[in-house]
Amino acid sequence: MFTSLDVVKVGIAQLDVATQKQTIRTSGLGSCVGVVIYDEVKQVAGLVHVMLPDSSLSRGDQLTVAKFADTGVPALIDAMKLKGANAVKLKAKIAGGAQMFKFTSNQDSMRIGPRNVEAVKNQLRKFGIPIVSEDTGGNSGRTIEFNPQTSKLQIRTVNQGVKDI
Amino acid sequence: MDIQQNITSFHLDVLKEIGNIGAAHAATALSTLLNTKIDMHVPQVEMVSFNDMMERVGGAETFVTGIYLRIEGDVAGGMFFIMPVEQANQLIRKLIHEKSFDFAQSPSELGLSAMQEMGNILSGSYLSALSDFTKLKLYPTPPALASDMFGAIISIGLIEVSQISDYVIVIDTSIIEHEENAKEEVSGHFFLIPDPNSFSTIFTSLGVG
Repeated sequence: MFTSLDVVKVGIAQLDVATQKQTIRTSGLGSCVGVVIYDEVKQVAGLVHVMLPDSSLSRGDQLTVAKFADTGVPALIDAMKLKGANAVKLKAKIAGGAQMFKFTSNQDSMRIGPRNVEAVKNQLRKFGIPIVSEDTGGNSGRTIEFNPQTSKLQIRTVNQGVKDI
Repeated sequence: MDIQQNITSFHLDVLKEIGNIGAAHAATALSTLLNTKIDMHVPQVEMVSFNDMMERVGGAETFVTGIYLRIEGDVAGGMFFIMPVEQANQLIRKLIHEKSFDFAQSPSELGLSAMQEMGNILSGSYLSALSDFTKLKLYPTPPALASDMFGAIISIGLIEVSQISDYVIVIDTSIIEHEENAKEEVSGHFFLIPDPNSFSTIFTSLGVG
């Protein structure tokens, strides 16, 4: 049986939640990290496209919560509860955090990928959400799509094809 | 100065002129290198959301070859030269006379270094023109090369600005190679993304602060 599902698209520094009969996708992750949190029983899945590790880096007037790991993960959990997810049953899959360019420079912005991954993991640990699988680091861009019915996260790259984690 | 709240159409025109001068010099350099005619489009200078930025080269997933360098000095920012990968292939095939060269499939060292060198020449001529025009000191890092999804590549240029805003001011100039009888044209985008606190320096240097 194959039915086509609606795709919920999540942009950079955004978050959203998919329910049954939907999948949720974000495209072109480089140093950013895509965090999928899901409730297998209720088949509710949220995704946040994190750009930066910590909101203390913000020097602007307004805070876009989905941009940062430390604000994006809690905001995603809240958004999922509103869609009926059970907070104690949550699991996570994460992907991204690549280093797209090989520089000799030790500039902070070049190491942003690993820092994003680390910050996301800290947040998930804080909320007691286990990471079931991850595809992080490396130097490839990734497009990811999660299906709440199968709990599979599909990862697409330009050089290594497609795989599920 | 909070540039994003106070920017006027006059400021945008000044930035367009910067794109014009930089890209015109780069186009001349490329034209000499390839011995063909290179045209350029009128620069586009806009304040766009990060997600609209992704649409500039056909979406976050578009497979591109990109050269990236970081500028330090009086003005800081990121600079990219981006081409759809198939067009970058054509360009390098012509440059090194290697018909099967492909960025997507184990590209030869020769082709990669040719692209790297082209990035050097193009960004170098863009930035030296910009430096002459503004009398500002610009110190670019050596350009780095990657072939991947546009979103994954351009996002490194958004890291600095993302600490302040959800919008980016981008100076976007494209150059096109026209060849007689060619079915497709080869085109590339220059994206100059100054860090937010560099705008006042640029404007002051041109007497429009």
